[in-house]
This record gives sequence, C-alpha cells and structure tokens, in this order.
Amino acid sequence: MIKLTFIEPSGTSRQIDAALGTSIMQAATAAGVQGIAAECGGACMCATCHCLVVEAPAAGLPEMTETERDVLEFTSEEMQETSRLTCQIAVAEDLAGTVFKVVGR
Amino acid sequence: MAGVLRGTVIVGAGHGGTQAAVNLRENGYDRPVTLISADADFPYHKPPLSKSFMKTPDAPLQPLRGPSFFDDTAITTRLGTRVTGIDRAARRITLSTGETLDYEALVLATGTVARKLTVPGADLPGVHHLRTAEDARALRGALDGARRAVIVGGGFIGLEAAAMLAARGLEVTVVELAERLLGRAASAQVAAAIAADLEGQGVTLLTGTGVAALEAEAGRIAAVRLGDGRALPCDLVLAGIGAVPEVGLAEAAGLEIDNGIRVDARLATSDLAIFAIGDCCAFPHAASGRHLRLESVQNATDQARAVARTISGTETDFAAVPWFWSDIGETKLQIAGLAEGSDRSLRIAAPDTGALRAVYHLKGDRLLAVETLNSAGEHMLARRMLALGKTPDAALIEAGDIRAMKAFVTG
Ligand SMILES: Cc1cc2nc3c(=O)[nH]c(=O)nc-3n(C[C@H](O)[C@H](O)[C@H](O)COP(=O)(O)OP(=O)(O)OC[C@H]3O[C@@H](n4cnc5c(N)ncnc54)[C@H](O)[C@@H]3O)c2cc1C
Ligand code: FES
Repeated sequence: MIKLTFIEPSGTSRQIDAALGTSIMQAATAAGVQGIAAECGGACMCATCHCLVVEAPAAGLPEMTETERDVLEFTSEEMQETSRLTCQIAVAEDLAGTVFKVVGR
Repeated sequence: MAGVLRGTVIVGAGHGGTQAAVNLRENGYDRPVTLISADADFPYHKPPLSKSFMKTPDAPLQPLRGPSFFDDTAITTRLGTRVTGIDRAARRITLSTGETLDYEALVLATGTVARKLTVPGADLPGVHHLRTAEDARALRGALDGARRAVIVGGGFIGLEAAAMLAARGLEVTVVELAERLLGRAASAQVAAAIAADLEGQGVTLLTGTGVAALEAEAGRIAAVRLGDGRALPCDLVLAGIGAVPEVGLAEAAGLEIDNGIRVDARLATSDLAIFAIGDCCAFPHAASGRHLRLESVQNATDQARAVARTISGTETDFAAVPWFWSDIGETKLQIAGLAEGSDRSLRIAAPDTGALRAVYHLKGDRLLAVETLNSAGEHMLARRMLALGKTPDAALIEAGDIRAMKAFVTG
C-alpha cells in the first residue's frame, strides 16, 4: 500500500491508499475519487481517467506508451505537459506521495 | 413491510445503473440512493467478459468501483435481488424477497438479455450465452478439455470470443446467416478486415450459413447441423445472436414500449417519475429524428450522467456522440458516431503497412461516423470532430495526417 493524493474537480483534496500492482485508475475508482468514470475499464480508449501530475515522485513516473500519448494528444480535454492516463500507470512503491489533479471528463 | 426509504431507486447495477448512483452522489444529491440488481456479483465491467476474462482460467472480474465505495458514499446496494413489480400510483416497487420500497424517482437500467436460439436442441448442455459474469464463468469453465467450438452469430461478442477461444487453442468455427460479419454494426470494409484477421488466427468463418439444429450425443451438444445439411462436430456452442431489451418490468407497469422502454429527451418514460437508461431504453435521437436503442458502455454511462443531473435538480436533455469499441483478437476496432444514412465513405490506409486504418462516413458535406482499426488517437479526434460538428474536406481526410486534421479542428 502507498498513499496517493487526488485533487477532485470540486477542488477537494483526497488522500487514498493504493494497492501495489493495480493501476492508479483502479486504486482511484476503488477509493471513489470523484470525476474518474473509467468507462473503458483501463483499455486506454476513453480518456475518462485523465489526470495531471501536480507533484511527481523523485524518481519520476514510468514512460508513456505510444497509445497513451496518442489518446492524450487527440482527446478533447487538451493535453498538458503533465497529462497522464492513470489506467496506464501501475501502482509501485516509488510512486508514494504523488499528487494528481483529476481532469476526467 | 412497506418501505419508508424514498429518494432514488435504481433497478440494475450494470454500467448505467452504477454510474447513475455514482453521479447522483458526485452531484451532491443527498436523498437516499438504492441500487438493486438481479445479478449477485459485485458490479463489474462487462466488456472484459468476452475479452481478457476468457484469456486465462483465473482472470478476476473487474469491479466498477471498490469494495467499500457504496458504503462510503451511502448508496444502499441490494445485489442478487430482482425487482418484480412497480406500483406507479403508490410509487412503490416490490422485490423478489417480498419487501417493498418507495421511491421519489425510479431509474430503470435493466439492460438486455441474450437472445436465445430457437432451433431444436437450443437448450442442450454445452450451449452457452454470454451476457453476465455467471455466463462467462460457465463458458470459461467449459473450455478446459474442449477441442472444438462453434460460435453461432458473427456479431461483436461472438467474434471477440472466437478470437479468445482460438488463442486458447480451440478449433473455432463461426456460423453467420448474413453474407458478411457484423451486419449493420460495422461497414463492409471493416468487416472484411476483421474477417481476414480472424482467418489469420485460424478461425473458420461460414457466412451465408444458417443453423438447422443442435444435435446431442449422450445428452450433451455434439454437433451443429447447418441449413445445408452439413454437420459441424463440436464440444461447445456459443450463441451470440444479439440481445433483447429487458422491458418486462416496465411493460407490466404499463409504460410505453417500442423496441425498448420509450423515453423523452430527458430520459423520462411515459410516467415522469420513472426514467430509463442504457441498453433497455429507446431515446429520441435529434439528428435522425427517430428513437434509437444503443448497446454500448458509453451510451449507458452518458445517459446515467444526464439522468443523474435531472434527478439532482438540473433538467438535462440527453445528447452525446455515440462511441463504441471492440477488441477482436489483436484488432482494436473503435466507432465514433452512427454511420446509418451515410452516402459516401472514405477509406484510409495505414501508410506503413497499407492495412485499413479508418473509414470516414459522410452524408453530403457532413461527417456522420468514423471507424478506426488500431488508431486510438484518430478515434479520439473523430469524437471531437463529431461533438463540434466539424467536417474536414475530403482531401484533408484522405491525406490521412491526423495532426493536420487536429489543426483544422482546433484552428
Ligand atoms: C460480453 C460482452 C461484451 C461487451 N463488450 C462491449 C464493448 O467492448 N464495448 C462496449 O461499448 N460495450 C460492450 N458491451 C455492451 C455493454 O456491456 C452494455 O451496453 C452495457 O453493459 C449496458 O449497460 P446497462 O446498464 O444498460 O445494462 P447492463 O450493464 O446489462 O446492466 C443491467 C442490469 O440490470 C439487472 N436487472 C435486469 N432486470 C432486473 C430486475 N427486474 N431487477 C433487478 N435487476 C435487474 C441485470 O441483472 C443487470 O445487472 C458488451 C456486453 C457484453 C455482454
Ligand atoms: S480508463 Fe479508459 S482510458 Fe483509462
């Protein structure tokens, strides 16, 4: 378990426990973080799990796959420097403390 | 016992019903919310049932929300409980347990049931359908030791399952009555590309072929007898011949039914305290002026969002660009919009391989729909173009440069 923080669309900040091995999106929907619908269930095709990385871990986040970049580049919520699809990131020890801001949809 | 619980009662905890409960709470709705489902499994994603769930013998169901989510958000769940009647005058429903519950707003999100084969032998052991987790467990459990499978019906679920079963080493034959796969759900070009892929994976496709009977040996399925007299020996059959909207409850309550529970733009039925969303409802589609019924996760969740807003106090007409996806083996098919009524299709090939990448469907100068194969960014852009009502000219589409199209859309 690690702690992650999400800033919900309402501005509320929520700290959650995320189990190792699941995706960040799964951890967030499990904890009921608002604004993440995860319609495609993590298949990298709905972009409803889109978040901005507000505070990145020291070691940085894992690289994006080409598909994640492709989806983010063309989705209607304009991609930003710190955009990620949280279903494409696995929860790992060195992500503890990361802060995300929900873009969702 | 007459239930005193009021607020919103949601019938069906699939994609639509669950999302409606989630959105009511996200909107700050503070009345009771009760989510009732005949399905006993904790609410789960359905699309993986014909995809990743079939891949390995022990893949778990993928829950829609976490185990404590409903408690945390004060949503009462009643799983494994069927709603058996609606008393509209009293605004009260009856459950299979005999209890009753009162409602202020009732949301019917009852989905569909698998269409059953009607040929002789359709009820034999070894004949499967695929709608629920229970169906999926039964089918998956039957794969061990099975050698040959026949899929009846060349629709999305049948083809997804065909690819998974072939990948697990079964000999798979798909029997489809129509001359090609996917019927009206996809264009002929896309259907042909998918057929070629499946054949490449060793799946045998018999289109233009009917099923006359399912035949038994020792009391279980042993062969599919085709309309032309041939027999296909097999250990299991999956019937993937479509779904029928679950309207029984609404019909018995006297609500208007016409290819689904008929609703208005606000998704209200002919009783204004009762709404219907998702696969079970026929809603007015502004662009075509007709009532449509769609079966997709997007349609169910977008309708859930709209109905939750209305019930939370902001009257909202439902309007959304439809989109859909299907993973057939290694092919990711995505469809944005509705191609029906198009008079022109532009076919785009991938520059590196020459394989079909997208088909743009237009009516006159207006883009209606875009089908993409393994081109996720292009699909996202298509949804955006359709939402904004922007159509690039044919030359720009045919140039196949997605960034150039994005510049046109956002420019
Ligand atoms: C195997 C499979 C693969 C799919 N793949 C895709 C895909 O890749 N992409 C896509 O977009 N869509 C896909 N779909 C379609 C998608 O799952 C449906 O469109 C979606 O689930 C519709 O949501 P819904 O809420 O309307 O109905 P459902 O999710 O079907 O939920 C209906 C619920 O209502 C309950 N219910 C019915 N009657 C009663 C009653 N009287 N009392 C209590 N409860 C009741 C049922 O038990 C069920 O839980 C797939 C479907 C299946 C079965
Ligand atoms: S959950 Fe759909 S893209 Fe991440």
